[in-house]
Amino acid sequence: MTRQKRSHHKLKRAVAPYLYLSPSLLIIGLLMLLPMVTVIAYSFQNSAVLRRDPSFAGLKHYQAIFDDPVFWASLWHTLYFTCMSVIFHMTIGMIFALMLNSDRINPTLRNILRVLYILPWLFTAVIIAVIWRLLLEPNGVVNSILMQLGIIGSKVEWFSSPETALHAVTFANIWAGYPLFMVSLLAGLQGIPKDFYEAADIDGAKAYQKLIFITIPQLMPIIISISLLDFIWTMQVFPLIWITTGGGPIYSTEVLSTYTYKLAFSSYNLSQASASAVVILLISLGLTLFYIRYQKAR
Amino acid sequence: MRKRNSGKDKLITVALHVALAVGLFFAAFPIYWMLSSSFKSNTEIFALPPTILPKAFTLEAYAAILGDSVKLRFFFNSYFVAGAVTVLTVLIALLAAYGFSRFNFRGKGSLNTLIISTQTIPPITLLIPFFGLVVSYGIFDTYVALILTYLVFTLPYAILLMTGYLNTLPRDLDEAVLVDGGTSWTALWRVVVPISLPGIVATSVYTFLLCWNEFLFALTLTKSTSMRTVPIGIQLLMGQHAFEWNQMMAMSVLGSLPLLLIYLVAQRYFLAGMTAGSVK
Repeated sequence: MTRQKRSHHKLKRAVAPYLYLSPSLLIIGLLMLLPMVTVIAYSFQNSAVLRRDPSFAGLKHYQAIFDDPVFWASLWHTLYFTCMSVIFHMTIGMIFALMLNSDRINPTLRNILRVLYILPWLFTAVIIAVIWRLLLEPNGVVNSILMQLGIIGSKVEWFSSPETALHAVTFANIWAGYPLFMVSLLAGLQGIPKDFYEAADIDGAKAYQKLIFITIPQLMPIIISISLLDFIWTMQVFPLIWITTGGGPIYSTEVLSTYTYKLAFSSYNLSQASASAVVILLISLGLTLFYIRYQKAR
Repeated sequence: MRKRNSGKDKLITVALHVALAVGLFFAAFPIYWMLSSSFKSNTEIFALPPTILPKAFTLEAYAAILGDSVKLRFFFNSYFVAGAVTVLTVLIALLAAYGFSRFNFRGKGSLNTLIISTQTIPPITLLIPFFGLVVSYGIFDTYVALILTYLVFTLPYAILLMTGYLNTLPRDLDEAVLVDGGTSWTALWRVVVPISLPGIVATSVYTFLLCWNEFLFALTLTKSTSMRTVPIGIQLLMGQHAFEWNQMMAMSVLGSLPLLLIYLVAQRYFLAGMTAGSVK
């Protein structure tokens, strides 16, 4: 190669990665970063989207949201829904993973159960919502079983009474989401070196001691990173709640996503909805920064 | 080594199997109920005491769904949008992943962080500006609106998945092409693409699933019945015939088939995709 050719080649090498990345960056820039800037702008405008020349509103829409008791109720419901979901996803996922990983069950049974335990994961949120609506109908099978067992005395309207609705949607979401933990923890369990347990056996460790001093510490990185992601994703859940309760009855299951959606597309108050969307974005970004720092520290 | 013959040990094994059965009931009963209800008549669904197996097995709910062109259109729309987005996403992500995996360049680290963090942007935040954009460009209630907006959410995952896969492949093969005077473009298509088929399959599967499951954008950015996808179709069915539970269940079964089939046929790829966001 001549010198000129070589330097030409070098230039191509330097430009090439940007060319390969350009379609992706264009899409992410135009359809993700730009809309994020837009929604922030909307939140400071009067009649955003609806008017061509919206006037500047300052912090008015944020003020309106923070003065709205329904917003605070939604925030609280979101927190309850998310924390309970993550805690139970983790607990159930861990129990199932440990059971499936036990050498006390035969391998064929293990493989069959593994497929069946993953089942809830294979269904779309809308379908999960419809299934649970059928199960929890006042005349449905859950009430019928619970009454026969004598656990409840009369039919409970799980999704339509304010006392039970939030618990019912949280339960449905717990059912829908544990497989992510289960699958990840199962993979993690298989990665723990066998000699850790053998050494503990020699020292005469009991089963629960092995769990506390070997298994859980070894799985900690997976537990933390999945919990963070699960927290961020569960906080954003929309279809499950929208289809089961629509945020009702009397706001008892209103979460930030349904609250924002209704502001935007039921009351067409797109400016105030944008302010609420920005609040959700800020919470998510805070958690994401935490997640990324954790990933980098690993 | 554990002693297997003691009475206490047997008791633990029995208890474990009981717990496994309880777990199975918890995980599978709701799905079993959906399936069995789809083969029942509407009156039998609420029969007391509930019938575990359909007493009068009937396909009337499936016939009602499959004989209705409006509902078939929901399925066509879902397949079409998910298919189109999958092809576009995989192509675009493959290029980006090749750039990330085979080159060192300025800003690589921060671009990677940017892509990881876009995974967690709340859809509801982007919904309002998307709505504004879609309306002002006159693509409200079209396939284009859905395809463009889905692309934004599938792309970050697809790039991370593909980059992860390409990083596991040896570089010698494609570097051989460069040494022979070929360009990186030739190396990509002649060498890298053929050996990264498993990664491409996993990425396609996951992208397809994300699109198939999408609800919020389909709900907001389309309006006419002929543009609706399966998830919205199920919701519409619920609004129109609030008591046709057997049809809703039949539609749910039909709407879950692609995911179930993909899972059964390509379990490995499926799991690779589903855990992509969390395992690095």
